[in-house]
Amino acid sequence: MSDIAAKNFSSGWRFLRVAFPPRRAKADRAQPSSRLISSRLTPWILPALLLALWQGASAGGFLSAEILPSPLDVVKAGVTLIGNGQLAENLAVSTRRAASGFLVGGGLAFALGLSNGLSRLSEKLTDTTVQMIRNIPNLSLIPLVILWFGIGEESKLFLTALGVFFPVYINTFHGVRTVDAQLVEMARSYGMSSRELFLRVIFPGALPSIFVGLRYALGVMWLTLIVAETIAANSGIGYMAMQAREFMLIDVVVLAILIYAALGKLADSSVRALERRALQWHPAFHKV
Amino acid sequence: MTRGSAISLRKVSKSFGALPVLRQIDLDIAPGSFTAIIGRSGCGKSTLLRLIAGLDEPSEGEIHISGKGTKPRLMFQEPRLLPWARALDNVEVGLGFDRGTATGRARAQAALDHVGLGDRLKSWPATLSGGQRQRVALARALVSQPQALALDEPLGALDALTRIEMQRLIEEIWRAEGFTALLVTHDVSEALMLADRVLLIEDGAIGLDLTIDLPRPRRCDIAELAQLEEQILDRLLTQKNAA
Repeated sequence: MSDIAAKNFSSGWRFLRVAFPPRRAKADRAQPSSRLISSRLTPWILPALLLALWQGASAGGFLSAEILPSPLDVVKAGVTLIGNGQLAENLAVSTRRAASGFLVGGGLAFALGLSNGLSRLSEKLTDTTVQMIRNIPNLSLIPLVILWFGIGEESKLFLTALGVFFPVYINTFHGVRTVDAQLVEMARSYGMSSRELFLRVIFPGALPSIFVGLRYALGVMWLTLIVAETIAANSGIGYMAMQAREFMLIDVVVLAILIYAALGKLADSSVRALERRALQWHPAFHKV
Repeated sequence: MTRGSAISLRKVSKSFGALPVLRQIDLDIAPGSFTAIIGRSGCGKSTLLRLIAGLDEPSEGEIHISGKGTKPRLMFQEPRLLPWARALDNVEVGLGFDRGTATGRARAQAALDHVGLGDRLKSWPATLSGGQRQRVALARALVSQPQALALDEPLGALDALTRIEMQRLIEEIWRAEGFTALLVTHDVSEALMLADRVLLIEDGAIGLDLTIDLPRPRRCDIAELAQLEEQILDRLLTQKNAA
């Protein structure tokens, strides 16, 4: 009896061991919990399960196809759209918009973040203004942007760039400002020039924070772009979804939503891969 | 033979705002000597060291350091290694103008060898122990072959054994290289183990100036050392009672 209790107790604590594996984790690799951690498939168990549940509910008639089409129907819609080239075309348009908005907004924000982080004068001159503009919800500018640019490429570029700007700016600025002052003093005592100080101390010190900004900005990038595309566009994934709604093609609408999820995950994963490479020195990224 | 700097201070004062920290200090330090600076916390011993290392400017008076070439290097209480640079790259920081050259790299490697970390060139600081990090910091301070080395309680945070090991290493390297060494410490016995001369700073002035003329390497069981230690501690403690 007490044996069973003890067993239940110890297995209940396995969650803790997953988050904070003990040092001898190598020795008991055979245990299912450690096999779960090391497998690359583990993060996909939950999505696969949800998908199976969804298909089951649709097939069993619990889910009306007018509310939510079955995953198979969505796949079929995808195959059709791939076949007639629409999907590839819209995907390319959206990706190009996302990338250009990200580069323009992120680039400017990075430059201003560095400049304000490094120079008090630059901060005094611009930071208040930036903070004021930051507090305007950027999507509230859509009517104005349509008046300015119509539904051309400029409107999407402007909105995405603006959305991406603030997370990159704030985190770059914060990263530069929070570089360990003791390291800066050390570097100066060893006679580093300003350029060397920046390249060897300030930039690498700010990098973890810059990456936080990048990952956040990627989320904002898709959000802004999709809203802009559903309201003011005649191409792109968002436009495709809006068109489908007009014709009651609910499977295409769901497909578009799933594509957003995939694109978001893809962008996040690529930044994380970059982060792992660039922050190898950081204890949080050490290979186990 | 000796390549250490002579250091002289003339009427050096330092105050932070209205608060005077050092008053009218006159001091001559012989080239190649090992001087320990002790005192109660807040007495101004670290400030004195930072002035000599050129990290702060004196409010009044002059500091002269003989010899050309690199100015005194400072070893901090914390290792202050760049966490994103491997051990070898951290040592390279100490090279000054030779950073990034092939000869510089070879010298950095030799310096790490010298402190016993020749096999950890590629290690990230986060993977090194506290003592190993301080060794990398020592290699960084010494790689440019400075004429003077200022040590600001660099062993304060180490465990007792590592501390003794580091004391021996510092003494060994100092004897081999002949630079002028200045050690700030709150540990009287550490000062007596290593130094030719012990300065006690009280209220921003030199309160006691002792010459320690004992053979090296010293063992802590020498009777003279125990006597001197008692004398200094007495002085430090009466100062506390007076205050």
